[in-house]
Amino acid sequence: MPLLTLSDAGLYCAAGGFHIDPWKPVARAVVTHAHADHLRGGSERYLVAKTGETVTRARLPDQAIIDTLPYGEQTRHQGVGISFHPAGHVLGSAQVRLEHQGEVWVASGDYRPGGGNPTCESFEPVRCHTFITESTFGLPIYRWKSAEDLTGDLNTWWRANADAGRASIVYAYSLGKAQRLLAMADPSIGPIFTHGAVERLNDAYRAAGVKLPPTQHAGKIEVKRGEKKPWAGSLIVAPPSAHGSTWVRTFAPFSAAIASGWMRIRGTRRRRAVDRGLVLSDHADWPGLLSAIEATGAEQVWVTHGYIAVLVRYLRERGIDAQGVETRFVGEAEAESGDEAPTEPTEAAP
Amino acid sequence: MKRFADLFASLDETTKTNAKIAALADYFMVADAADAAWAVYFLTGRKPKQVVPTRFLRQWALEAAKVPDWLFDESYHAVGDLAETMALLMPEAPVASERPLHEWVEERLLPLRGADEGGQRRALLQAWAELDARQRFLWNKLITGAFRVGVSQQMVILGIARAADLAPSILAHRLMGEWRPTPEFFRALVAPGAAASDPSRPYPYFLATPLEGGPEQLGDISEWLAEWKWDGIRSQLIRRSGLTFLWSRGEELVTERFPEISAIGDRLPEGTVIDGEILPWNASGVLPFAELQRRIGRKSLTKKVLAEAPVTLLAYDLLEEGGVDLRELPLEQRRSRLAEIVAAFGPESRLKLSPTVEGESYADLAHQREASRQRNVEGLMLKRRSSPYRVGRVRGDWWKWKIDPYAIDAVLVYAQRGNGKRASLYTDYTFAVWDDGKLVPFAKAYSGLTDAEIRQVDAFIRKNTVEKFGPVRTVKPEMVFEIGFEGIARSTRHKSGIAVRFPRILRWRTDKTIDDADKLETLQAMVGPETPEEPNEQQELF
Ligand SMILES: [Zn+2]
Repeated sequence: MPLLTLSDAGLYCAAGGFHIDPWKPVARAVVTHAHADHLRGGSERYLVAKTGETVTRARLPDQAIIDTLPYGEQTRHQGVGISFHPAGHVLGSAQVRLEHQGEVWVASGDYRPGGGNPTCESFEPVRCHTFITESTFGLPIYRWKSAEDLTGDLNTWWRANADAGRASIVYAYSLGKAQRLLAMADPSIGPIFTHGAVERLNDAYRAAGVKLPPTQHAGKIEVKRGEKKPWAGSLIVAPPSAHGSTWVRTFAPFSAAIASGWMRIRGTRRRRAVDRGLVLSDHADWPGLLSAIEATGAEQVWVTHGYIAVLVRYLRERGIDAQGVETRFVGEAEAESGDEAPTEPTEAAP
Repeated sequence: MKRFADLFASLDETTKTNAKIAALADYFMVADAADAAWAVYFLTGRKPKQVVPTRFLRQWALEAAKVPDWLFDESYHAVGDLAETMALLMPEAPVASERPLHEWVEERLLPLRGADEGGQRRALLQAWAELDARQRFLWNKLITGAFRVGVSQQMVILGIARAADLAPSILAHRLMGEWRPTPEFFRALVAPGAAASDPSRPYPYFLATPLEGGPEQLGDISEWLAEWKWDGIRSQLIRRSGLTFLWSRGEELVTERFPEISAIGDRLPEGTVIDGEILPWNASGVLPFAELQRRIGRKSLTKKVLAEAPVTLLAYDLLEEGGVDLRELPLEQRRSRLAEIVAAFGPESRLKLSPTVEGESYADLAHQREASRQRNVEGLMLKRRSSPYRVGRVRGDWWKWKIDPYAIDAVLVYAQRGNGKRASLYTDYTFAVWDDGKLVPFAKAYSGLTDAEIRQVDAFIRKNTVEKFGPVRTVKPEMVFEIGFEGIARSTRHKSGIAVRFPRILRWRTDKTIDDADKLETLQAMVGPETPEEPNEQQELF
């Protein structure tokens, strides 16, 4: 029997008696990261990487029981060794390494190799026999720019807006993407304001010791009648769900951008009706997926979460024993709940 | 070409008209005349024909991108645009080309025509290796003849006008007619003064705005002149320097295609420009638009064709008389001068004055408008009697008050992904009506739904696909939509025996089941007995 199987609650380790990222309440949940499509409430106990504790707490009810484990340290449960290894996705995101009777499995969760994100630990490849990989951006059209180029794009755009007396609103997922953006932003250009959902997670990041530029919760700013509004020239970071809301209109005049890997495609960019698409993703791009898979040295690869069929076929044509695994990690989360919900959830799970 | 690629990106990424005009002005302020000429050429919708067959493009792109063909197809499927897919798949060039636009067009693009397969392959692989992502996307758009960007001619005019500090109306006029994208052309375009020396040059058309709601909002009816809204080809007939020129609305010289109208032009006084509509017209009056299409589709104009589909020019306006630009005069004065010119040709002529529709009140006009379909017109035009002849679509003076289109309830049966903006969604739909217990497809439509509705329909399609055939999904018949269209004709090319013109989705009938959808008989009844068979040659108009 394989070390992991797919149960109706998600990936299940029978030998260890725990689930990984279950989508239903279970007894023991080992969680790769705190995005809503991986972390669901209601389980009896949670195990997360140590640096992910504050963000996990921010996303679970107060009474939730959360155990933590530093990266690289192993704990044993019913004879199964469990350890966490940085996934480079968001703060505290982890690949879960399982070891049982000499066999090693790694479930990647969401991951981004390449580093260049000071708000979370950089991805580290882990050798294993079986690697479970995501495939959110599993097409060769997806290739990301370097961190320097992206930082340049963001600040050039912000500065041009500031010079024209406009605010710059960026829509980015409130956990992870927002903080990565904030760390890229050059605070000498202007003040930075945030939506409440973003600010809550900024607090969790700062509590975990991550350095972010000064931000102010826009909702807490009171503008007295007759007083000049403070938004001109500022950067405002808000979750995608704020796009088109009345809340956003108070910042006029502004220019708006969406920060997402999907912005790589012109049609997707244009359909969202924003002024700028920042191609910024916390997932692996196509070369990233291939190099990460190769670095594990895995004999067997399970592909989940995204362009499953494409990546499976590509790996098989290269002699790798790959198979698709249907999970519900993705598909129900169009808005803030998921981290980077694709425009085509159903396409991801053919 | 870098600068033009940057301009394209700025135009593409904003939805705000002012930002687009500012980007255009910035570009034309600094662009070299040779580059600017080509930029105007492309931005105003002109494009070289695709000379490299798509299958070769795809094959060489695979080679450059080093991906297997199935993966290229998967990528294309996700992107929905060939030029963009190719650009996204190829590796970044180490050093981006600094060669100017006109060199890329004149030395690299145009020579592709006439090159053999091997030459084209070498040229393309070489070009791709020299270009960065932005330029490569632009280049791919140009070589596939698919260059399109969200700017109107008016925005381009305003952008150049700002850069050159000229009145937009002067630029609009200088851009009309035929010109070649040379540095001399651009220099003349932005030269100070108002000279327009080319005798063939037409005036920019004044276009009417659709009238939303009733005409009562227009105020005193005595200030307004009503005419029928004819369904033909908007044209300008020019007589200057002893020569006749006939232009179509699409700014195409059609002098040769309508010899009977050109013959009228030859008899006009020197220095005359008439704005009118070419209509199919026989002894009993105007005919449906399909008759004109039959005529347009013909390769050669034999005596027989001319006799079968005779045309008339219905004159709306007089723009120039005795070589003097009349556009600033009130419409009423222009019309009375026009009436004199037309009257000289006599009642049997193929030049006629567009009749006015007299009405005591708006209610009276509305009543007459009801009979539009029987008259083969699309409704009424309301023009302010004191209006000058403006440039482009300017609100306020000219309104088109069209009749409601035909409408029918139909069932969604096939779906296909959209293009460009909607590439990842199923937005191109085929609709069917009942015929003897079977659903017969009769129209394709892809506009009219809100974004939220499109997403819902898209989700339904994905869940209810009965069969996939290439890009087309057969969808479980369940959803009913009200489909509107502007015209209808018999057709042997369509399975339903019916061809509809400008079909669009009016609304999603969530209140109806497929049993409530209309029958083919209903459509057949709309055709009426005399409507001619839709012609085969000219498909793109349908
Ligand atoms: Zn995630």
